[in-house]
Amino acid sequence: MKARVLLPLIIFSFVVILLWRGLSLDPNHLPSPLINRATPAFQLNTLFDPKKTTTQQDLLGHVTLLNIWATWCGSCADEHELLVDIAKDKTLFLYGINYKDNPVTAKDWLKKQGNPYQIVATDPNGNAAIDLGVYVTPETFIIDKKGFIRYTQIGSITPDIWENTLKPIVKKLQGET
Amino acid sequence: MKKGLFFLLILFLPFYSVMAAEDFYRFDTEEQQQRFDALTSQLRCLVCQNQTLAESNAGLAEDLRKQVYQQVQRGQSDKQIVAYLVARYGDFILYRPPLSTATVGLWFGPLMILIAAVGYLIYYLRKNKQRRE
Repeated sequence: MKARVLLPLIIFSFVVILLWRGLSLDPNHLPSPLINRATPAFQLNTLFDPKKTTTQQDLLGHVTLLNIWATWCGSCADEHELLVDIAKDKTLFLYGINYKDNPVTAKDWLKKQGNPYQIVATDPNGNAAIDLGVYVTPETFIIDKKGFIRYTQIGSITPDIWENTLKPIVKKLQGET
Repeated sequence: MKKGLFFLLILFLPFYSVMAAEDFYRFDTEEQQQRFDALTSQLRCLVCQNQTLAESNAGLAEDLRKQVYQQVQRGQSDKQIVAYLVARYGDFILYRPPLSTATVGLWFGPLMILIAAVGYLIYYLRKNKQRRE
């Protein structure tokens, strides 16, 4: 084939491949700069006892699923049942941060729908969430025993995502010292 | 001629409006106000990703504008404020991607392709001209 015919074809194929790849990239899944870094320090009140405080120290010593949620967030409702189910595994530590929410509604919600969290912190102004780089709810962080963020899950957790992505990571981290 | 001009004016109607979110932040100095405006126009809203923090009405954008406001009030420099946000959200929060080895292709790619295409066109036209003479 003459170069004159081949060259535009090559360029065209190159552009097609580039665009095809671009279509599969999801702009909502931003890579977090916090991966493999220590969880940023925070100090929040707990939902059920506002006089008690909780900090990032409460994440140490076990693998934690830190879940940012709110009663006004529809996708959070979608994953709640799964979280309650996951929480049945007592080796897992679920830590909830109630994000920019009404504490009365939040407590009510957990009483009605079940509470999968060992600790529920409240972040009424969203500042702790900013420190965690949260831009979408729900967001779930997998934090290792030393308090380092190892994975971020943007959006609700589906059974598929849990089984095939998150659970293997959690199990692997539980094996670490 | 007049009709054409009128049509053009109508065509550009959408661009006459300015999109801005409505907060009411007061600053002590005009310089601080300008810095705030400049910063929020350079930072991306991560929820409505085609808008800047200055334009977007998303909840997160409001929160981040408040952060920028508080930090400007506290005397943080522009560099510090941007670094604070990039540390939490990554480079994507910058509305204009930084120029680095990874983004050189993004910045210069289209220009390079244009130059190559024009160069080839000139070459092709010249060759054709020679053939006809």
